[in-house]
Amino acid sequence: MAGQLEGKVAFITGAARGQGRSHAIRLAQEGADIIAVDICKQIDTVGYQMSTPEDLAETVSQVEALDRRIHAVEADVRDRAALQAAFDAGVAELGPVDIVLANAGIAPLSLNPVPEEWQDVLDVNLTGVYNTVEVAKPSMIEGGRGGAIVITSSTAGLNGIGGNTPGGLGYTAAKHGVVGLMRSYANQLAEHSIRVNTVHPTGVDTPMVVNDVMQEFLEADPQMGQAMANALPVPMIDAVDISNAILYLVSDAGRYVTGVTLPVDAGFTNKK
Amino acid sequence: MGRVEGKVAFITGAARGQGRSHALRLAQEGADIIAIDIAESLPGMDRYYEGATEEDLAETVKQVEALDRRIVARKADVRDYDGLKAALDEGVAELGHVDIVSANAGIFVFGDQTHLVSDEEWQLVTDINQTGVWHTAKAVIPHMIEQGTGGSIIITSSTAGLKGTPNVAAYTASKHAVVGIMRTLALELAPHRIRVNTVHPTGVATDMILNEATFKLFMPDAEHPTQEEAAPIFESTNALPVPWVEPIDISNAVLFLASDEARYITGNELKVDAGYTIK
Repeated sequence: MAGQLEGKVAFITGAARGQGRSHAIRLAQEGADIIAVDICKQIDTVGYQMSTPEDLAETVSQVEALDRRIHAVEADVRDRAALQAAFDAGVAELGPVDIVLANAGIAPLSLNPVPEEWQDVLDVNLTGVYNTVEVAKPSMIEGGRGGAIVITSSTAGLNGIGGNTPGGLGYTAAKHGVVGLMRSYANQLAEHSIRVNTVHPTGVDTPMVVNDVMQEFLEADPQMGQAMANALPVPMIDAVDISNAILYLVSDAGRYVTGVTLPVDAGFTNKK
Repeated sequence: MGRVEGKVAFITGAARGQGRSHALRLAQEGADIIAIDIAESLPGMDRYYEGATEEDLAETVKQVEALDRRIVARKADVRDYDGLKAALDEGVAELGHVDIVSANAGIFVFGDQTHLVSDEEWQLVTDINQTGVWHTAKAVIPHMIEQGTGGSIIITSSTAGLKGTPNVAAYTASKHAVVGIMRTLALELAPHRIRVNTVHPTGVATDMILNEATFKLFMPDAEHPTQEEAAPIFESTNALPVPWVEPIDISNAVLFLASDEARYITGNELKVDAGYTIK
């Protein structure tokens, strides 16, 4: 049976590990080739260990093991020129892009906050998403084949959670911000049959959430602990659950789904 | 292996249109089906469109069986709780369990400003589109809780369940109401791992929409508007350049929500609306 994404090319940011790697593998399983970018470096205000070149190499090896092609580049979503270069090189190698997953994000949440967190999280989680769509948009329109863009937001993109630190407030603001971006892009790009949606995960079992700094942050504030209390009896969900939602949104099964905020949140938002 | 292999799906309004499409799509992915439909025309509805028939329901049976899946089909009215429950119970007795529910049965009436809607019409729409969904949930939930294997309930709402629609008051109210039912059920049933969501289609190419009466709603000044004339007006309401979507598009959303791929999605309104609500 042919995969649901046979012959498609997907551009994925933050693809070295966590949700991004999971998306790359899930889409590759369904036949897509992948252009993967990741910063593979530390940002000073982020307390947990960020991705490494070895992580990105592992994504490459897992996609190749599925007999799909992957073009992987170390690039920072804050750097439009570098991101454009990565995108263009990927297209040159794999062909035009049909799918864009603006997944790269940071969560600078800490018990010892610094003011710089605010700008860093906005730069990566909001401006980085804007940059990602902007570098891909012209060639998708020109290609005339339609397409699908999915932006990874959060339950913090629908609810006032995230705490009172510069990084926490910035995270929630940025994750709300991308919903506005999604709705505007969805309207603007509809005439080109390019669909744009957001996904809103509850806590996902990835290195961004499952680390000492984040756990300490959540435990210190009882209200923050509540931020992880789902309706369904699961403390945390898996990266593949977000990948499956994205697969639905980008496949032909979702060909008329656009402008949607899709929570994959174990009922968190409805319960809150 | 199918995406809902070994599951049993209970579908109301399954004789034709979206309901039949859901039955076929879920059967293609391995589910057996309990199908019910009123399968008759309702008094007063002929000014809008004709109701489903017993032949329609028989055709759904035939098409599901052609996929080598089992189907128990009964003529039942979602307004009649006892009749609905009896049909469901027979289906569960024969097929063993029930894991997926598509509360799909509904009618579409329109044309009058809210203060001019007749008592009869208001009551009819409320009884079918709102109370019918509650009856469906009430009949099936005890089975699902007792089984203890979780499950997925998908209620068919509408873009009119999220936005106001002039001259469509009773329908719009009923489609908003089922969102409230969904949100409440999602909380009540989460401990049992039973997920509950709504789908919100824009216009779907079925008999309920593709009829002269509905075209007139969009073109009040035309005497006998045709589908061809109505299409651009329908299209202008969507963001994507399509006048309406196909039943299969709603079925694919229902399949996604029914499958384990959506195992942590509950309490959500999923729009399949070609951008209608954001435009």
